[in-house]
Amino acid sequence: MKAEEMLNLAEKARQDLDHFQHHIHVCTESGCQSSQSQAVLASLTAEVNRRGWQDRVWVKGVGCMGLCCEGPLVKCDDRLYQRVRPQDAADLVASLEAEPVERLHCDTEQPFFTRQKLVVRENAGKIDPESLLDCLAHGAYQGLLRVLTEMTPAAVIQEITASGLRGRGGAGFPTGLKWSTVAKAGGAAKYVICNGDEGDPGAFMDRSVMEGDPHRVLEGMAIAAYAVGADHGVIYVRAEYPLAVKRLNKAINQARRHELLGLNIFGTHFQFNVELRLGAGAFVCGEETALIASVEGRRGLPRPRPPYPANEGLYGAPTLINNVETFANVPAIIQRGAAWFAGIGTAKSKGTKVFALTGRVRNTGLIEVPMGMSLREIIYDLAGGIPEGKAFKAVQTGGPSGGCIPAEHLDIPVDYESLTRLGSIMGSGGMIVMDETSNMVDVARFFMEFCMTESCGKCVPCRVGTWQLHGILDRISRGQGKSGDLNQLQELCAMVKQTSLCGLGQSAPNPVLSTLRYFEKEYRALLEKAPAAGAAPANSAKTVALEVAP
Amino acid sequence: MKAVSATAASLTLNIDGQDLSCRAGETILEVARENGIAIPTLCWLEGLSLWGGCRLCLVEIAGSPKLHAACATVCTEGLHVTTNSPRLTHYRRMIVEMLLSERNHVCSVCVSNGHCELQSLAQKLGVDHVSLPYRFPKLTVDNSHDLFRMDHNRCILCTRCVRVCAEVEGAHTKDVKGRGILAAIIQDLDQPWGDSKTCTNCGKCVNICPTGALTHRGTAVGEMVKKQEFLPYLTLMRGCGK
Repeated sequence: MKAEEMLNLAEKARQDLDHFQHHIHVCTESGCQSSQSQAVLASLTAEVNRRGWQDRVWVKGVGCMGLCCEGPLVKCDDRLYQRVRPQDAADLVASLEAEPVERLHCDTEQPFFTRQKLVVRENAGKIDPESLLDCLAHGAYQGLLRVLTEMTPAAVIQEITASGLRGRGGAGFPTGLKWSTVAKAGGAAKYVICNGDEGDPGAFMDRSVMEGDPHRVLEGMAIAAYAVGADHGVIYVRAEYPLAVKRLNKAINQARRHELLGLNIFGTHFQFNVELRLGAGAFVCGEETALIASVEGRRGLPRPRPPYPANEGLYGAPTLINNVETFANVPAIIQRGAAWFAGIGTAKSKGTKVFALTGRVRNTGLIEVPMGMSLREIIYDLAGGIPEGKAFKAVQTGGPSGGCIPAEHLDIPVDYESLTRLGSIMGSGGMIVMDETSNMVDVARFFMEFCMTESCGKCVPCRVGTWQLHGILDRISRGQGKSGDLNQLQELCAMVKQTSLCGLGQSAPNPVLSTLRYFEKEYRALLEKAPAAGAAPANSAKTVALEVAP
Repeated sequence: MKAVSATAASLTLNIDGQDLSCRAGETILEVARENGIAIPTLCWLEGLSLWGGCRLCLVEIAGSPKLHAACATVCTEGLHVTTNSPRLTHYRRMIVEMLLSERNHVCSVCVSNGHCELQSLAQKLGVDHVSLPYRFPKLTVDNSHDLFRMDHNRCILCTRCVRVCAEVEGAHTKDVKGRGILAAIIQDLDQPWGDSKTCTNCGKCVNICPTGALTHRGTAVGEMVKKQEFLPYLTLMRGCGK
């Protein structure tokens, strides 16, 4: 598609939008779909048709509006409604030209909505992710157009570097530096990979971006490909995200049909193709070298680095790997400038971060906040605090690679450095809040069980170490700990952290170390309950059940 | 293993206080072996591709807080490497203890007793007891092949057999199934070895297996002596040597 064609198409789509007097948006992402939002959408459409209002009211499915716990969410013009059932359709449609429906009212003036700063999710909840025209009307691919017609690859990298964007996958590597490394690597073929293998328990940020605004991810990848000199992209998504897979596939096909992917994009010499690869459910495939092995059709095993993928990645060619959210930030930076982006956030962590709020808070769902907001603000203001009058105990960030942060550190700003100092990590953005009823030994045991079953088995410290650690934690949490267990935990954690091959093993002890650091009392309390040393069996029933003869 | 071209530059580095020279592209492990500095390994074997899984060859590099696998780290000019320290010995001992606790290693009844790399490594590192609980998994012995036997109780998952079968023999009969603590070596699509249509009965896997997991049938306690010399010869013949 030529540039003018796209701009005309976008203009026409905008006019079509304005043609309607009323807009009804129904969330059709996985969360709301699981509470029948598709049926709500169907009954709203039927009701509009029954009244013969098809030409005045536009009903469409959109991406996530954030407050997942109150779903299905429906937005009628400026009014937000929660927990909508299919039988509410008549009232909602009637309310378009009358008083709002009070019983379904959702307060959009609460801090959950007002304190957010939307960059990555700016169009989620506004656009129909399955309609390219709707996405174009909201500015999709304008960043790519600008890059291809006005900027050199070096200027794009300069812009990203100046914005201070850091990788949203967890480690926070500066994105501009990564891009320039790949751009400088020699070789005719280069690849861009989008890491959508989001596997942390309780994390669904990337799923939401892929389901709610797939064209944004494609645009970010295309801009990156132009910057580093790649012409082929791969999106690696876990197969547990069928809706994300469906929508990405649809988006890729739409973009291809309209020549937003393929040869001579916007009439320039730039070409870029994207293909989708599905993971088969291995957490370790989120590690970049394991992901590459999986894309190549081999067992998803990590390999020693260096060489880093920037030099030797997919099929041995220089490869840029970024997380979904990182790519989704790129179009906004290009369109609004690095200075705008660098103005959000803290000195070292720029921009916003999407978090998945889960656990013991009133408002669970997705939020996007500027970096540097304190954990207290997120948990008490946005998430609405702990329900049922219970006391806050800890917040777990970063999934199985992260740690638990206790109440005394709630006032730290959320940025990469602060969380690392506390023994946790930013991670991909999962935030699990726990109240006084949670037992921290149990939390540590849960995450260690996760790491044990997700270890690929390649290196000894991770394969056997996580099993040993889980055995000790399991024993302690069942009240059968032994006197030397805490020392052995510390020793094993240090060893697994220091000697494992990849990030999975190196970070697997973090939940244990952070709970030992802040909640050692709970370990001690369980140990004191334990019977005399020697009475406890060495292996638990659970671990025995895991043994399968080859 | 990468072939080193004749024009490659040479550089100098320091291992355990010795100033040494090496060719560009050589790993710390290669330089150390060339100069008689012993770094323990189990998964690494000259002539096979890099695996990096046993983590026994971890070394310290001055200026880096991390430990580095000597088999996977390419030398750079001026590198200061320490291959032996109380911390490294401690970790190596723990790795061997972990291997011993993982499956059922009973040296006194093993055909490889006295000729086992895991056993001699444990002796060298002074592993006189295992402080970790044993797993005691119920594992099988595959006795279906006419010539060889696979005893999963003694396997340490170094994947030497997988690599020699795929890379040297070209049969790729062996591979790994499962993950984590449940990973195991399989033949073809997890069939009994004797039913394998791809196995060429070459016996390379048996001879490079570091423990008594892969053995000749008909051997009794301590009788299984492995002959690994073929691999360096084959490597030379294939033109991959230096």
